[in-house]
Amino acid sequence: MTGSPQITMEMVRQHGLSDDEYGFVTNTLGREPSLTELGIFSVMWSEHCSYKSSKVWLKTLPTAGPQVICGPGENAGIVDIGDGQCAIFKMESHNHPSYIEPYQGAATGVGGIMRDVFTMGARPVANLNALRFGAPEHPKTRHLVAGVVAGIGGYGNCVGIPTVGGEVGFDAAYNGNILVNAMCVGVASTDKIFYAAASGVGNPVVYVGSKTGRDGIHGATMASAEFDDATDEKRPTVQVGDPFTEKLLLEACLELMEEDAIIGIQDMGAAGLTSSSVEMADKGGVGIALDLDKVPQREIGMTAYEMMLSESQERMLMVLRPGREVDAAAIFEKWGLDFAVIGKTTDTGRLVVHHNGDLKADIPLHALGDGAPEYDRPWVEPKLAQALNIDTVPPPDSLLGALETMMGAPDLASRAWIWSQYDRTIGGDTVSPPGGDAAVVRVHGTAKGLAMSVDVTPRYCFADPREGGKQAVAECWRNITATGALPLALTDCLNFGNPERPQIMGQFAAAVTGMGEAARALAFPVVSGNVSLYNETNGEAILPTPSIGGVGLLTDIAMRCDIALKSDGDTLILIGPDGSHLGCSLYLKIIEGRGDGAPPRVDLHGEKIAGDFIRILIGEGAVNAVHDISDGGLLVAVAEMALAGNIGADIRFTNKEIASFIQAFGEDQGRYVVGVPDGGAHKVLAAARAVGVPVRLLGLAGGTELKVTGEMPISLQGLRDAHQTWLPDYMAGAQA
Amino acid sequence: MKAAVIVFPGSNCDRDAADALTWVTGRPPAMVWHTSNELPNVDLIVIPGGFTHGDYLRVGAMAATAPIMGEVFRAGIRGVPVLGICNGFQILCETRLLPGALMRNASLNFICREVNLKIETTATPFTRSYPDGALVRLPIAHHDGNFFADEETLNRLEGEGRVVFRYVDKAGKRVPAANPNGSRNNIAGIANAAGNVLGLMPHPERAIDPATGGTDGTALFAGLHEALR
Amino acid sequence: MKAVVKIRLKSGVLDPQGKATQNALEALGFSGVNGVRQGKIIEIELEGTDAGAAREDVDRMAQALLANSVIESYEIEIDGQ
Repeated sequence: MTGSPQITMEMVRQHGLSDDEYGFVTNTLGREPSLTELGIFSVMWSEHCSYKSSKVWLKTLPTAGPQVICGPGENAGIVDIGDGQCAIFKMESHNHPSYIEPYQGAATGVGGIMRDVFTMGARPVANLNALRFGAPEHPKTRHLVAGVVAGIGGYGNCVGIPTVGGEVGFDAAYNGNILVNAMCVGVASTDKIFYAAASGVGNPVVYVGSKTGRDGIHGATMASAEFDDATDEKRPTVQVGDPFTEKLLLEACLELMEEDAIIGIQDMGAAGLTSSSVEMADKGGVGIALDLDKVPQREIGMTAYEMMLSESQERMLMVLRPGREVDAAAIFEKWGLDFAVIGKTTDTGRLVVHHNGDLKADIPLHALGDGAPEYDRPWVEPKLAQALNIDTVPPPDSLLGALETMMGAPDLASRAWIWSQYDRTIGGDTVSPPGGDAAVVRVHGTAKGLAMSVDVTPRYCFADPREGGKQAVAECWRNITATGALPLALTDCLNFGNPERPQIMGQFAAAVTGMGEAARALAFPVVSGNVSLYNETNGEAILPTPSIGGVGLLTDIAMRCDIALKSDGDTLILIGPDGSHLGCSLYLKIIEGRGDGAPPRVDLHGEKIAGDFIRILIGEGAVNAVHDISDGGLLVAVAEMALAGNIGADIRFTNKEIASFIQAFGEDQGRYVVGVPDGGAHKVLAAARAVGVPVRLLGLAGGTELKVTGEMPISLQGLRDAHQTWLPDYMAGAQA
Repeated sequence: MKAAVIVFPGSNCDRDAADALTWVTGRPPAMVWHTSNELPNVDLIVIPGGFTHGDYLRVGAMAATAPIMGEVFRAGIRGVPVLGICNGFQILCETRLLPGALMRNASLNFICREVNLKIETTATPFTRSYPDGALVRLPIAHHDGNFFADEETLNRLEGEGRVVFRYVDKAGKRVPAANPNGSRNNIAGIANAAGNVLGLMPHPERAIDPATGGTDGTALFAGLHEALR
Repeated sequence: MKAVVKIRLKSGVLDPQGKATQNALEALGFSGVNGVRQGKIIEIELEGTDAGAAREDVDRMAQALLANSVIESYEIEIDGQ
């Protein structure tokens, strides 16, 4: 190849390829690669693009169902929501960039996931996110929280997509590796879905969006320096997001999609031009030829290596039907965006790249796509946490005192400081904003609603990855169910440590196995996802964190439920078994300062019948408030319902076999608290017994206090203060 | 009532505004692109919320220089009702159809929540359907809603009854705790001297449906529809 | 030619960003910080060589778009002058 330096083993290593992998490269090409080719192999065979360590396990997940239109492998997953409409959604990680530069890292994470969704023809209707930060007392945590939250808001607010839900956790295991997982949900017509596959020969390959700069080029500093001695101060930094351009790109793409001009379209995300062109050509079984001189460039003197690897944001690659270039260009011109024909489809099955008239890369596409390496990495069975010896846990002085402490602790304190910085109401369709179980967004112009939730309990996953994987899926399904919606499918974002360590690979394998069991049992298939490995610092891995993002369908938003207690005199009923399990619980963590014990087991059969029963109750209007029981247990759930409705409650724990505090704070799964309007309790109890779901009468809603039999009541105002103070006070420390 | 919604690159509440107008008037408004030099013959001009041109230089500054804004300015002077919501309010200040400027929120954070507002005057076409001194709840969602004007301008606005919306507590009192963004005199919305140009930071168009944000914004659109029928 | 326009909030206009920065500096232990004002700098590459004409052009740009005289003041430098 013209002008390419001799490739040394040092350069190969810096590009993250093993000796074996490099041997595969030279065999495939029948020669040494050029530097540009080395860069292309490096990014396409990276864990991020190739899923080489995870694929073998991901294949075990259920991905089909009558509601599934498109499963994993495309830009995002697609489910049918009736009336010729579909929901298109995916979740993706932006962990490392967000640790380096929290504002831009989080912002570009949001931008990337929205492009994945509108690439397929959907208008994004909701953003969600799952965030994990280090211990609050860690010196970097406050700065990271402030930056990530501002970045998520800054991007989503500007584009004008409501951010409606998510979850935020703190744990010292994330001190050196925070997690920023962004999810986007869009709605499209089922007859206007766009896929990535290119087709035909001689069709124009078109670049649209922002210009290309030297953003986020990973690769090897030394190799590039040899390639161009004058690159010192040109070294790429973090990608910078431009939400304004994203908004224009969104509108321009959707406008073009109204025409019959696009054959295939793909977002330029990680590994930019390389992965987008390879994926389009590989999926369509064609070849692709690119002329990099045609690529709109922001900087002078960019090399082929830099252009192929740049991660400049807000760009798309399309293959158009021949002859449609002029119409398409006019749309992008109207929106002030670059539009350039940079190549064409071919029948060679190869990626051929020219720059300045010279050949820079010529690679058989199969080697970059399906033919990429795949590893069944060694793994060991995770060491499971021992069951908790309950006799070692003393009861608290008072249940309500313990509750107040827990509600004000970092794990459970109100996240309002965070979500008040996200525009939640834009679009006029947000029915249930953050703070409840699942967020509900109306499908514009219809009575339908999408219920969405993001869930995982990393401390469970660490103690028992398989149960933890099951629990994450079950809790997401339960949260969606608690609104009355039917859960349709999920997207996942699997955040783990270094897969080359058998212990980590064991966590991964077990968690995915558990997820698969739950997804099968609950008919809640996986339609898209992302894997983020190597989340460790100095050999210390994060807690295994398989974030689950679910989407469900409400056929009529008028028949939905939320968590707020509605009126004095409503009966509170526990659906599901009594609390009995304190292992890995927040009670243990916050009140006793202990993290031991096995996590609660997920009884998938019990989960399913309880959830199906809840959906029936909501559909019949038999209940007016529903909240799932998760972190913190039953008493925390009741407190959240009381705060949301600003109505007190008076409850008692009547199971004589189990200590009250265990009933109050046990984190047993598959459970809900429901509020039943006056006079309806008897029917609900009878109906539950008829379908074999355990139930227990808890007490009544009413007043301005929370009461537990035998204790001094606490005022809702006091509880609210405890709940709402921690996060704003903590963040105010940023400026103290 | 015939209405036009001005659309800029980066407008993102244009659809919401159009939906509200369609719902109240029964017919969709004209959507007018910012590069146009002509306004259709309309009874009402709405400048919707968003981040026009990314608000990269200064909120509303670049949109204020768009070709269509010359027409909007002249129409506003002529007495055509002009409603600027959120970024639209910022743009109207930049065009000088309204006095003052919107600065970064005092907290420096973007704020999205419901606020309590007092309607200080019903002597505008926008507020005529509200009872005198009505207390309403509307959502806000902005990063730059901190209204600033010098003392003389503030005195004139207050003296001439041109403060139309004010952040208040639940009891209707103007207290510092009810001020979400640091605005002078808790000002949320103002009118021009003739009363036909209104800018406000809260979003009435997001409060026309009990399922999503309450209905306290309905009277604003309904009142306009009645006045301009 | 290069023009630099320095824009800052007028004195008397509260500058919450400057105030926050001042607080942060004090929290880091920098004593004696009496005030911080935050502004922005806009660099403009210009054709031509007449510094006087350039200054007039840039002044008009500042008035028309770059600064908002309700809250901001500005200074212009042409080629460092």
